[in-house]
Amino acid sequence: MADLSAPLAALTLRNPLMAASGCFGYGVEYADALDLSSLGAVVVKGLFLSEREGHAPPRIVETPAGMLNAIGLQGIGVHRFVKERLPELRARGAVTIVNVCGVTLDEYVEVSRVLSDHEGVAAIELNISCPNIKAGGIQFGCSLTGTHDVVAAVRQVTSLPIMPKLTPNVTDVASFARAAEAAGADAISLVNTFLAMAIDIETRKPKLTNVLGGLSGPAIRPIAVRMVYECRQAVRIPIVGMGGIASADDVVEFMLAGADAVQIGTANFADPFLWSRILADLESYCTRHGVTRLADLVGAVHGSRTSAEPACRPS
Amino acid sequence: MLPRMVVDERAEVLENRALSAEYNVVTLAAPDIAAAARPGQFVMLRTAPGLEPLLRRPFSIFEIVRGADGTARAISILNKRIGIGTGRLYAVRAGERLDCLGPLGQPWPLSAGARTVWMVAGGVGLAPFATLTEALVARGLALRLFYGARRGEDLYYADWFADRGVDLVVTTEDGSRGVTGRVTVALDRALASTTRDDAMDVYCCGPTPMMRAVAARLADAGRDTWVSLEQVMGCGMGGCYSCVVPLRTAAGGTHFVRSCIAGPVFAASTLHWEGLAADHG
Repeated sequence: MADLSAPLAALTLRNPLMAASGCFGYGVEYADALDLSSLGAVVVKGLFLSEREGHAPPRIVETPAGMLNAIGLQGIGVHRFVKERLPELRARGAVTIVNVCGVTLDEYVEVSRVLSDHEGVAAIELNISCPNIKAGGIQFGCSLTGTHDVVAAVRQVTSLPIMPKLTPNVTDVASFARAAEAAGADAISLVNTFLAMAIDIETRKPKLTNVLGGLSGPAIRPIAVRMVYECRQAVRIPIVGMGGIASADDVVEFMLAGADAVQIGTANFADPFLWSRILADLESYCTRHGVTRLADLVGAVHGSRTSAEPACRPS
Repeated sequence: MLPRMVVDERAEVLENRALSAEYNVVTLAAPDIAAAARPGQFVMLRTAPGLEPLLRRPFSIFEIVRGADGTARAISILNKRIGIGTGRLYAVRAGERLDCLGPLGQPWPLSAGARTVWMVAGGVGLAPFATLTEALVARGLALRLFYGARRGEDLYYADWFADRGVDLVVTTEDGSRGVTGRVTVALDRALASTTRDDAMDVYCCGPTPMMRAVAARLADAGRDTWVSLEQVMGCGMGGCYSCVVPLRTAAGGTHFVRSCIAGPVFAASTLHWEGLAADHG
């Protein structure tokens, strides 16, 4: 039996598999079907201070090897979350990471403060990268100073590990990783979805009510792997990688690129029981390759050959 | 809500019976789902291996297939070929295996007080009424099925319901069978001969405009209608928030709820039909 545990800042996760925010509800939806404590962590759906209704349907559309979503961060707000969902997550033994949203800097701070006041939150993932809402989030995540400011402000009010979730919709994601690290982030997670669009050629209208949506799924995986690779070269803090992961092979690929842990989102929609299968397959990978400690694979590709120079990088 | 004993069965296709160039019935060996399912629930089917389509598709559980000893052994799906997933399900062959996740969703509520039950089905909306019929026949209720289609040849399984004592009222838009016109024509006639005091439940499934029209007529007659909605659905488990439907709020606004776990069955009076209709153009 290989050691599958995943050190992540102050945490040591049982294994590197996390349910990705926005793809697993508040976790409790899956509590009757799965043992939530068997996951490395559950990252719950993004929370603002108050409830949000989200966008009008249709909210998703399938594309080749992927899907677009424009949910619009429908959610119950942090106050209802700590009262109505967090107790069950605790009772089920879930390592709970909360995805924190904000329209303003103050809102990120206040949501984080509320969460820090409650037992049962293991870490905060700062959502500065949702492509689907006009105000908040992405306006911070697409600006180096915005990224720095959100992390630094939240750092002031919590001792929980902070993990900003980075958008891939920028020219040089590694510079955002550096900004997050410099502001005191304990880890980073990437990538959020790629801003994208699909058009119905019969009606000549966008397929999503919101017109634009975020692309996820296997279609984006090689780009996400590249971005994790670039960030691993740029920062020392742990990286949580995601983007189209659906198998143990994909998990290993992200870890080799530099991810300390991974998140799985879209693949969970098609197969909510994939967790135990991936863990078993990770075990067999380790056995096959004589790996005693899975975490030893993290970033291993970087030593294997001369590091790639980015083809283009802003000065 | 019910505790959810959701399982994923790698179900063998026992039979694929074409009803027409559009419709077929697929029987799947999913004994655990068949044993646990309640009338009106659904499954998420992976209609093909690989990445196309990437997501599963929701399908009402049509029949529960039982062995000689009465043990539930399989479920069947009434399918209409529309897109990639349904096209794939139309073409599956016996012996193939499909991942089948379920049972999912809230079942049809069965009230204790009703003596009469009306079921109103349009097209592939017939699917959730076979299990409901079996449950209600077992309670000794008088059942009537209003079943509408464009053409007579699009009416399937009429005998199945008639054989179980269901009073069948069929309507076709081209007049080739039964009452000419939409299902609401027959419904209006029947409503004229009922009184508000009759203890009756009404269940409806079909295209959204049809369900809205049926619910409006029943509301005029002082009755609510249980409707089973079909939404674009990502996961069936409450994880993705894509299948939402708008409910009316006490404050006069609307609130989106997930059709997969709060539904697919809703009381028509709770729905914001204008918002729902907008989804379907």
